[in-house]
Amino acid sequence: MNIDRDLFRRLGAYSHVVISWVGDDGYPLQTAATLAADAGADEIRITPPGLAVPTDRVVNVIASHIRPKPGEGYDERRYISLWGRVHAAGGGLAFRPERAWGWDEDDIPFFEYAERSNHQASKYLSRLSRERGVAVKPRLSPVWTFLLATRLPFLTATFVPILLGLAIAARDGVFHWGFAIATVIAGAAVHIGLNVANDVFDTLSGADDANVNPTQFSGGSRVIQYGLVSLRGMTMISATGYVIGIGLGLYLVVARGSLELLAIGVVGVLISVFYTAPPFRLVHRGLGEITTGLGFGPVMVLGAYTVQTGRLDWEPLIASIPVGIFIALVLYVNEIPDRAGDAAVGKRTLPVRWDQSAVARGFLLAAAAAFLLIAVAAPIGVLPRPTLIALVTVPLAFEVYRGIQRHYNSPYELMATMGKNVQLHLVAGLLLFAGYIISVIADRIDHAIAAIGAARLIGG
Amino acid sequence: MTWLPAVVDSVLRAALVAELTVINGKGEPITHPLIPLWDGERIYMTSSVLFSRKVEHIKRNPKVSVAVTDPVATGGMPTRCTVQGDARILEDDPHESWMQIMPLWRAKEPAIDTFLGKRFALPLFFERSLIEITPRRALVWEDGDVTKVPQEALAPGTTS
Repeated sequence: MNIDRDLFRRLGAYSHVVISWVGDDGYPLQTAATLAADAGADEIRITPPGLAVPTDRVVNVIASHIRPKPGEGYDERRYISLWGRVHAAGGGLAFRPERAWGWDEDDIPFFEYAERSNHQASKYLSRLSRERGVAVKPRLSPVWTFLLATRLPFLTATFVPILLGLAIAARDGVFHWGFAIATVIAGAAVHIGLNVANDVFDTLSGADDANVNPTQFSGGSRVIQYGLVSLRGMTMISATGYVIGIGLGLYLVVARGSLELLAIGVVGVLISVFYTAPPFRLVHRGLGEITTGLGFGPVMVLGAYTVQTGRLDWEPLIASIPVGIFIALVLYVNEIPDRAGDAAVGKRTLPVRWDQSAVARGFLLAAAAAFLLIAVAAPIGVLPRPTLIALVTVPLAFEVYRGIQRHYNSPYELMATMGKNVQLHLVAGLLLFAGYIISVIADRIDHAIAAIGAARLIGG
Repeated sequence: MTWLPAVVDSVLRAALVAELTVINGKGEPITHPLIPLWDGERIYMTSSVLFSRKVEHIKRNPKVSVAVTDPVATGGMPTRCTVQGDARILEDDPHESWMQIMPLWRAKEPAIDTFLGKRFALPLFFERSLIEITPRRALVWEDGDVTKVPQEALAPGTTS
């Protein structure tokens, strides 16, 4: 039997091993022993312990290590476990391993180790359920389960473009609170429907099961993989989101009597549904980033604007482009750690198609295009000048770029970069919104001053 | 009060890791490094459903042994020991039954409270079975020299 020679080499780093066997009384018995790991042979030499080790049965030899951390516990967990038989050799004992197993958290991070064991958890709980005759399921509080299943924190991707669309309408002198609230709820409901549908289709395609490196930003919500919510339950949540979103959307179309709004809504829902759903499965075709940018950029901003004003305009379309780019970049960077699992099921996202250098360059070019548009459009008056404050996020974009370069192959180290990328979309989008609000306030002040001046003229 | 020698009691209280050996379906030993929690009478260990094969083995064959062998994990105590015993699995509610041993766990690994506070991030890890081991025989190498024959101690009423 061939045993990885690297294991022999690694054994030499341990201070001792523990030999275990089953005694004649049926109980396991163990003793520590010191060894001389010989990388050139198929055997390990062991200093004979005081407790006689039997040579007529399989023994388990394990070497394990931790580093105590006072006040915390321990880290640097690793172990190597080998099975085989012991025999006398050269006045001592020799152990010939026949099979081996091990884990080193430096090689496989604990989170990945746990993800790789989901199947065992599911099997065990199923068996426990059969033993008891009642379902034994993992659980979290309903609030946490809902937050996880819907990925609610990602709703910033809906709030930012809708707020921007509302602000642009307000600058045009139109703002209706009721329609604004209905727009936010409708957008959020469709977004929840999309998030949950994404999990449903990624589970059906096997993409989420193939992904052993999920993070808080990538790899889906995992609630199906963890057994917290059933596939059917998730389908119901998704359908409920779409029903609420489409229902409110139709109400707004009727209330505003706007066919343009109907067209925007139809495009938005179709993009959302066919993002992962067959037959189009846009994200599988490398179109996920573009459709995300379109949906959370022009569709959301123009939609919110049209709900308020009842018409289309160039300004919200132009203002929506950087917002759409930044949200598409959130997806783009979050796809980096998912690329192995995605590739395994034919989900050919851009990070699956491109190498690290191209992915990093792609991020830089897209972010540069977003900033360039603001830097050009604001000074010439296409966007209000206060929107230039969004450019303060340029350094954040460079941090994300450097993070992609440094941690491309380390999903858990990339998490901080993914977090910064979410900040980039949020802060840049909110600063664009703030730029519009400043502009609205400035306009109001100008009008007030003009009105006071006119009143004085009349009064004088 | 335990019948175990005082030095074993001390080692079990200090150890951050021990080796639990269970017997698989083929009658072979399988050893797992785990944190031993000692309440002065029984050894407790916990196992996530993610890594629950050992629990399945114990359900089939409750005969187990626990070894403490690493002076680094016992704060420099040289003593090494092996404790054989009978295990039973406590898992009325895998979500929270095991939490009865949290005070013992917290004492050895204070960071567990932080992890438990974020159980939403790794929910299956905190669906756990509790392994309760009643000692019946102990082998002790008081100075840690395992080339010597160990001292033996037996639970009252147990024969070697």
